[in-house]
Amino acid sequence: MAEVKKTYDIKGMHCASCVRLIEKSVGKIDGVTSCNVNLATNKATVEYDSAKVDNEKLESAVASVGYKASINEEVKSEDQEKKEKQKELNDLRNKVIVSLFLGLLILWGSFPGLMSTAPAILQNFWVQLLLATPVQFWAGLSFYRATISALKHRTANMDTLVAIGTTVAFGYSAFVTIFPSIVKSIGIDPIPYFDTATIIIGLILLGRYFEARAKAGTSDAIKKLIGLQAKTARVIKDGKEIDIPIDQVLIGNVIRVRPGEKIPVDGVIVDGESSVDESMLTGESIPVDKAKGDTVVGATINKSGTFTYKATKVGQETMLAQIIKLVQEAQGSKAPIQRIADLISSYFVPAVLMLAILTFVIWYDFGSAPVLLFALLNTVAVLIIACPCAMGLATPTAIMVGTGKGAENGILIKDAESLETAHKINTVIFDKTGTLTKGQPEVTDIVGNVLSLAASLEKGSEHSLAEAIVQEAEKQNVKLEIITKFKAIAGHGVEGVAAGKQVFLGNRRLMERENVSITSYIPQIEKLESEGKTVMMLALDGKLAGLIAVADMIKETAREGVEALEKMGIEVAMITGDNQRTANAIARKVGIKRVLAEVLPDTKAAEVRKIQAEGKKVAMVGDGINDAPALAAADIGIAMGTGTDVAIEAADITLINKDLQSVAQTIDLSKKTMRTIKLNLFWAFGYNIILIPVAMGVLYPFFHILLNPIFASVAMATSSISVVFNSLLLKRLRF
Amino acid sequence: MDKVIVSIVGFVGIIFTYWFFLMRREKEVAVENEVDIIVDGGYKPEIISVPQAKTTKLNFIRKDPSSCLEEIVLGDFKIRKYLPLNKKVTIEIKPEKPGEYDYACGMNMFHGKIIVT
Repeated sequence: MAEVKKTYDIKGMHCASCVRLIEKSVGKIDGVTSCNVNLATNKATVEYDSAKVDNEKLESAVASVGYKASINEEVKSEDQEKKEKQKELNDLRNKVIVSLFLGLLILWGSFPGLMSTAPAILQNFWVQLLLATPVQFWAGLSFYRATISALKHRTANMDTLVAIGTTVAFGYSAFVTIFPSIVKSIGIDPIPYFDTATIIIGLILLGRYFEARAKAGTSDAIKKLIGLQAKTARVIKDGKEIDIPIDQVLIGNVIRVRPGEKIPVDGVIVDGESSVDESMLTGESIPVDKAKGDTVVGATINKSGTFTYKATKVGQETMLAQIIKLVQEAQGSKAPIQRIADLISSYFVPAVLMLAILTFVIWYDFGSAPVLLFALLNTVAVLIIACPCAMGLATPTAIMVGTGKGAENGILIKDAESLETAHKINTVIFDKTGTLTKGQPEVTDIVGNVLSLAASLEKGSEHSLAEAIVQEAEKQNVKLEIITKFKAIAGHGVEGVAAGKQVFLGNRRLMERENVSITSYIPQIEKLESEGKTVMMLALDGKLAGLIAVADMIKETAREGVEALEKMGIEVAMITGDNQRTANAIARKVGIKRVLAEVLPDTKAAEVRKIQAEGKKVAMVGDGINDAPALAAADIGIAMGTGTDVAIEAADITLINKDLQSVAQTIDLSKKTMRTIKLNLFWAFGYNIILIPVAMGVLYPFFHILLNPIFASVAMATSSISVVFNSLLLKRLRF
Repeated sequence: MDKVIVSIVGFVGIIFTYWFFLMRREKEVAVENEVDIIVDGGYKPEIISVPQAKTTKLNFIRKDPSSCLEEIVLGDFKIRKYLPLNKKVTIEIKPEKPGEYDYACGMNMFHGKIIVT
């Protein structure tokens, strides 16, 4: 019996009875051992005997009750990829061992200087032919297969070059072995080159083996993220705790988490408290305290206490799933710098084939004697030295490691283009509220008896400053009044009518607009503003009745974040709706010199464009929700987000660690990734540009230097490995 | 005499190589909802045209064991996928803008094109 477990996507389900109906229908099939249908994920997981049951039977059982099932290959692809890769690596390793072993035996028996120490049997050409044949047609079979498939499509790749190159060497050697007299008759010593053909195949396969192993390392970050996912959740149902697979957790399920356990999905704590290690997602090493009402994120680790929480996001909606999706998308995207490599790679192999023919003709027509031998060996060297793989790997491997490295540190990069653009940034604009500051303002000073009226007015407002005033009134148990005709005036404040009197609460601009004199309060206003506080003025019946000052705490990492950027020679600016004096005071505290104050919310994008017009490459850092237009206007929009859809959509880069130092780290990561890509491309292009002519023999007329095809294969194998290794060096980047 | 023959054959070989690989004109295949693309020494069909703002399913089936073709990259759609041998891997795209979008193998050696109309 071959037990198989497969997951199917089910379409058309809308209630729990659908689940039962499908489970019953599928369960009836002879050979099905279990069927679990998940309404939340629209998936059915079926275990069955593959000898009795197939996809069609399962699909028709689901269709018979009115739903549609389709096989979901994705679920298995990770495992399958791993298995196939391992099998491929094992095959490669075996082929490398056999071909290098046989190749070295042939080399021993044929290399001048060495051959005298070799047993006579190894010096026999027929024995060499016998040893070289399996290498050429078994170990080298993959080159032939790929070549034939490619030629059918009138395309060519590296395999084509290797297949032609080694076939020429092997074919010539076999001819020399079988018909030595013919070769002798044209004045050539009948010596075969089996060592060349076999060692080339062995070394290129060895290169491919190392390359495949190294390439697997470039997607480590994604594997790590996928591995973070918890397998089960302890759900409380009818007072009992049951462990269920993670994909069966539904929104609204109450889950218990004990100390040391992984939090399975995203949710909100309903009971208990603890500290949670979120480092795996945010890169932040200090555990975060969580209590009732706080959100917890799946895949993070509960450190000390026990708590229960309600699942709010499951399946593909969880923050971890979003992060994985984003990183996968970034790794699949194309960096603009790759365009040149794209263009060249489409012409590269045909161009090398043409150069190889040209090499043969030139050496045959103008070369030294024996011309046929020189022409053949140099043609083989040209075919073998050319390495299109290094060009193809130069950019994507660095992008994969770079975006993965970012994700490990809480820096989510939307695509390769954003990663590329970030290295050119020379100006960073920080939004003040919620970015440089915590976004939780508190009332610090009240001048005059205005709290009751102010709080009554602000009750209808959604502004963060309004919340601070209402909270202060609640704290002081102030009685609120009834407000009619409430109206919010964007960028100014609010107005309303209390006990028949017109009330205005807002900034200086509002007072000016309503012709309210503030002269008598100016010294107090200026004093508060110079302390970095935002001053709200309350006017009653056209006269200023008092002031309320509100201040927001500056984030701990703000100063270091700004300093790190300035050290990199990047200009830092702050943008805010606050008046100039308050803004200056806050900017001074965090070390920012350029201040864009009194900017209305809808003109922030215009301010960004103004700075761009100065020729600057601008990164705008905001919360990703309120300042989406400004983020979009900037060359790079950086959201200090929580990994929510909205923030990720609006920004090119999302900092889920909320650490302001990450802005500098992002630019640093971009710079280092670009440096790696440039070095890779320089190496990949330079290698081909220099060594192909050398293989053609351009140095021969001057220095009598020719490239042995065996050395060409060493260089070729090293070339693509070195590009992948150079990209992997990005992993060592420390923040 | 042999040199003249080698020169002529070489010249013809170069012209043939140019014609064979670089003068190839692939026919465009119009796709309505879904298409099977066989991955075997390249992509067949190689050039497809799909409608704008509609979801089109591209089913890639890799028959070629060459590691060159083990990944498919649709850079404009931010998709990089591993293609298991002889398995159908479906990629859904919904292009919003008309134009030509290239796709390629992971090493950027084999190319195809999606024309959005």
